[in-house]
Amino acid sequence: MTVKLFKILIFGLFSLPALWLLGQWGFYAMDAPHDLGFNPQEASNRFSGIWALRALIVALALGPVALMFRLTWPIQIRRMLGLFAFFYASLHLSSYLGLDLLGDMDAFWEDIKKRLYILFGLGAFLCLIPLALTSTKGWIKRLKARRWKQLHRLVYLAGILAALHYLYMAKGNQLEPKIYAAIITGLLLIRLWRLWPRIKRRTMKPIAQDITIKRDKAQARS
Amino acid sequence: MVIRHRAPTDLRASDITPLALYRNRRAFLSMLGAGAILAGSLHAPKSHAQSPDQSARFDPYQQAPRNQGLSSSEELTAHEAVTSYNNFYEFGTDKGDPARYAGQMITAPWSVLVEGACERPGLYDLADLVPMSDLEERIYRLRCVEAWSMVIPWIGVPLHKILSPLGPTSKARYVQFETLADPKMMPGLAYPVLDWPYVEGLRIDEAMHPLTLMATGLYDAPLPNQNGAPLRLVVPWKYGFKSIKSIVAIRFVEKQPKTSWNQSAPSEYGFYSNVNPDVPHPRWSQATERRIGDFRRRDTLMFNGYADQVASLYTGMNLRRNF
Ligand code: HEM
Repeated sequence: MTVKLFKILIFGLFSLPALWLLGQWGFYAMDAPHDLGFNPQEASNRFSGIWALRALIVALALGPVALMFRLTWPIQIRRMLGLFAFFYASLHLSSYLGLDLLGDMDAFWEDIKKRLYILFGLGAFLCLIPLALTSTKGWIKRLKARRWKQLHRLVYLAGILAALHYLYMAKGNQLEPKIYAAIITGLLLIRLWRLWPRIKRRTMKPIAQDITIKRDKAQARS
Repeated sequence: MVIRHRAPTDLRASDITPLALYRNRRAFLSMLGAGAILAGSLHAPKSHAQSPDQSARFDPYQQAPRNQGLSSSEELTAHEAVTSYNNFYEFGTDKGDPARYAGQMITAPWSVLVEGACERPGLYDLADLVPMSDLEERIYRLRCVEAWSMVIPWIGVPLHKILSPLGPTSKARYVQFETLADPKMMPGLAYPVLDWPYVEGLRIDEAMHPLTLMATGLYDAPLPNQNGAPLRLVVPWKYGFKSIKSIVAIRFVEKQPKTSWNQSAPSEYGFYSNVNPDVPHPRWSQATERRIGDFRRRDTLMFNGYADQVASLYTGMNLRRNF
């Protein structure tokens, strides 16, 4: 019951920015007063970008929140947040490619080659595609839980790339991109800290073998 | 005699001159007759300006003659856009921050420190530095490094008319300008976005070039604070950040002076920063730009379309290396 309520609430909350953006472009198209300002494409790129990042951060944060407070509903709404991140990233890309560059793929290609922040953004977007595609129950079954989980760790790479995208885009020494990057770094550290025992187990074994082999060789020689 | 510089607060009404009104007034003036007749009627006896009921008619800003030869005939960017979509990081990094917060800046009285290699250094009152009787209107394209542009009717005097009387010496090979940095009036200074105060510079021949304007107004009125009141540079063939706002110091120097964006990211913002569609920038393609108000982008022109006048300043220079 509460999960359903949360789902509806969060769904409504994260739908509003997109509705606002579409509505404003509607007003623009009708030559009616709108709130996109004097450079609507810039406003639209930035607005959709920041909401993609926010949805991604919330999606990343739900795991630790669930663990810390021993709750299950955050895990149950996580997929929705991930899909919102993909949805806003798609809006963001459409805004940039469609409304700003007007589909000029040559200009886009030049951007990718010359501008590191665009490359980071594209990388983040490419990471999100397989996650969105395999977000259904059918895919979870098909991939088996373990493989599916491994694949979905890509979300952290997406987060890092998105943070870099924002950091490298900002002019001068601005605070906001650093705050977002700090949050993502924090979430990543929590994740690594929880994974650490497993990483240690997996990587220590070969090293231990290596040491015994060396020792044996040394003894054989003496 | 110098006409007193009106405080911007006196002119709230003209701050919001709608574009249509501006066009009508200019059309009316040109109806009266072009050239000499116009200029003659404009420079009516200055004593008239003193009587209060006449002050509106003989306002030096409304009367400033247009320099047709140096003015663009392109459609003007709306007054509202020019005065509310600004980069003036001393007031915040959002484009709306300057219009939101710059009202707090006190621009009268205003003095400018003149230092360095010149015969007449000193602390000058604005009115003593800028010859108000020489105000003229120039419609220039403004190209921001962020790949947007505007067409703005500035009012001001060519910079050489300000610099020459100061007597730059042979050691004055560059000029550095500095923006006010008063944390009480400029909330953006609380953040180290740049190394404050904001500084910019020009080579002396660039500074003395007839296109280089020291603006004190736009759209027939003194500069709104968010546009860099009470005086700012306008160098139309360079990216907008070279056109430093709210100037409090002018220094004649021998070596290339430090400039704020260059210090912040030397690989991205060169000292020259001439508009050049062929030299890419790590953040924005400089090949195209969006004229504010347009939906589509348009091609960016070499030297922002002023190549005929300024290309000779840079003959023999590698513009890719000296970006
Ligand atoms: C191919 C993929 C992408 C492209 C081409 C792209 C392009 C852009 C562009 C052009 C801007 C605006 C720059 C400016 O106004 O100067 C921007 C800003 C931004 N983008 Fe992206 N982006 C991409 C993917 C992403 C993704 C996947 C995310 C997040 C999940 C993201 C988050 C952001 C953020 C947070 C901003 C800054 C918003 C602000 O200034 O408030 N972008 N991006």
